[in-house]
Amino acid sequence: MSELTLTVMRLGFLAVLWLFVIVAVQVIRSDLFGTRVTQRGSRRDAGRPQQAARQAPPPQRQQSGGRRGRNTPTKLVVTEGTLTGTTVALQGQTITLGRAHDSTIVLDDDYASSRHARIYPDRDGQWIVEDLGSTNGTYLDRTRLTTPTPIALGAPIRIGKTVIELRK
Amino acid sequence: MSSTTNPSTHHTSTIGAIGAPSRRNTELALLVFAVVIPVFAYANVGLALNDEVPAGLLSYGLGLGLLAGVGHLVVRKFAPYADPLLLPLATLLNGLGLVAIWRLDQSELLQSIKQAGTAAPRQLMYTAMGIALFVAVLFFLKDHRVLQRYTYISMLGALVLLLLPLVPGLGRNIYGAKIWIQVGSFSIQPGEFAKIVLAIFFAGYLMVKRDALALASRRFMGLYLPRGRDLGPILAVWAMSILILVFETDLGTSLLFFGMFVIMLYVATERTSWIVFGLLMSAAGAVGVASFEPHIQQRVDAWLDPMREYTLSREGVVGHSEQAMQALWAFGSGGTLGTGWGQGHSDLIRFAANSDFILATFGEELGLAGVMALLLLYALIVERGVRTALAARDPFGKLLAIGLSGAFALQVFVVAGGVMGLIPLTGMTMPFLAYGGSSVIANWALIGILIRISDTARRPAPAPAANPDAEMTQVVRP
Repeated sequence: MSELTLTVMRLGFLAVLWLFVIVAVQVIRSDLFGTRVTQRGSRRDAGRPQQAARQAPPPQRQQSGGRRGRNTPTKLVVTEGTLTGTTVALQGQTITLGRAHDSTIVLDDDYASSRHARIYPDRDGQWIVEDLGSTNGTYLDRTRLTTPTPIALGAPIRIGKTVIELRK
Repeated sequence: MSSTTNPSTHHTSTIGAIGAPSRRNTELALLVFAVVIPVFAYANVGLALNDEVPAGLLSYGLGLGLLAGVGHLVVRKFAPYADPLLLPLATLLNGLGLVAIWRLDQSELLQSIKQAGTAAPRQLMYTAMGIALFVAVLFFLKDHRVLQRYTYISMLGALVLLLLPLVPGLGRNIYGAKIWIQVGSFSIQPGEFAKIVLAIFFAGYLMVKRDALALASRRFMGLYLPRGRDLGPILAVWAMSILILVFETDLGTSLLFFGMFVIMLYVATERTSWIVFGLLMSAAGAVGVASFEPHIQQRVDAWLDPMREYTLSREGVVGHSEQAMQALWAFGSGGTLGTGWGQGHSDLIRFAANSDFILATFGEELGLAGVMALLLLYALIVERGVRTALAARDPFGKLLAIGLSGAFALQVFVVAGGVMGLIPLTGMTMPFLAYGGSSVIANWALIGILIRISDTARRPAPAPAANPDAEMTQVVRP
């Protein structure tokens, strides 16, 4: 066998061997470089001003840092519906409402969805209510929620036959 | 359900759901590739040595392809979500080993001293037995957690396997190391099987005891010092590995078991102090034993000064060997790209050229580029094992996967390091590459268990039971 053929085979074999290694690494690419992470909403830089703008509108809250402590709700009270009188202490955790067994407040209400709404504190400690795509909607005062909305003290939140509000 | 939003930030990110495709077709494609490469190498050896494509090419290719195909079909049937890389990687390494063994069979020098000649067909038979055991593991072991029940039986089994070579009449002393037993015309290396059985014991034991080992400790100079009584297990395993070292005079086996235990202990407890203790204890043990055991002492001397060892052996002094130096020369003459298949002279190593020293053949004929690729193939097997451990949902499976892949990695390190002169030479064999039935069969079983764990780990969670809350919500009609 000619020297040239053998040299070509020698280098060819090494190339094929390395090709296998590279193909094998390609197969596990996702393990090596992590899973795909998609940023939701705006990017970090773009998010800042928007956030500042959102904080600006309620000046009464902004200008008096001392009063905020007194205005912070400490409990959630069910005022209408089968669970009337139930209270849940607000300690910074997310509260879910719905018919699902794992909800914080399990609603026994045919008009409520399994995962109906949730109430959570945002970064400043302001409590927000968000409808989780429920069938019949979540109402704050008389308006049906379309976006996560801050909750004012004492404002009634209606889910099916149940009404809840935040109190100090 | 990947939409776990964090309400405290306005720019939350979503981790894309990792789909769980079974990836069996990827495995099949890689497997075809993994069979074609050794066939290419086989043809290459024939062309280089005899100027013709070897007559056995078709049967050899078909044999390897058939074994790989059986493995693939069994994985498809019994472990459909298993890792797609483990089987092709093992097949490729096994196939390349077969080629190298066949290449050394062609050496007239090795034939004349009865070191080779018919090794390749036998190795193919051992491979078939290995695949058979692999199939049996996947068939009978439907859930790796079953092994947890046999924690203490495994300990007993491992001890018996490790002590078998010391039984008079059964054990065989091959060139200083007593790690073989002779049954009929077969000689078996029980240590290879003990590796797997011991991993099962360590996993079961550490799963139960890890809290005590991890939490009851004092902090001293940045290290968690375990309580005295918690040192019991590590001391016991250490004593056992020292006994292996003294009575079987095999550094590799001893290092493998102790190292595997320390790795698993570290993974189970997350305490760096165990690594420190393990390194100190193994160093103390090795130095201590080497100071009075002549066989170990000689291995260490050969490691420190292989050229002197070579000269002594040339002068005919009994008990010395030229191999360590010859292996280094083989690597050296291979250079970066190697001499090409069939064109090296690694058969000059003579004894154990196709088993313990097979890496020297690869080093000479494939060069640095080829050996790096081989080591990467090993690294990928270990990576898949560690990845399986990360993905496994049960602590026993995690520890078992880490233990098996750790043992595999240690064995590669001990053998490759020994042949390359990084650490003293030991009597272990390169997994899958080297000639030897016990090693091939045991390592196929090891891959089988890893595939079983990875199948369980990657299997998508079963669909949740019908949700009682999922009745229709009544719609308010205005």
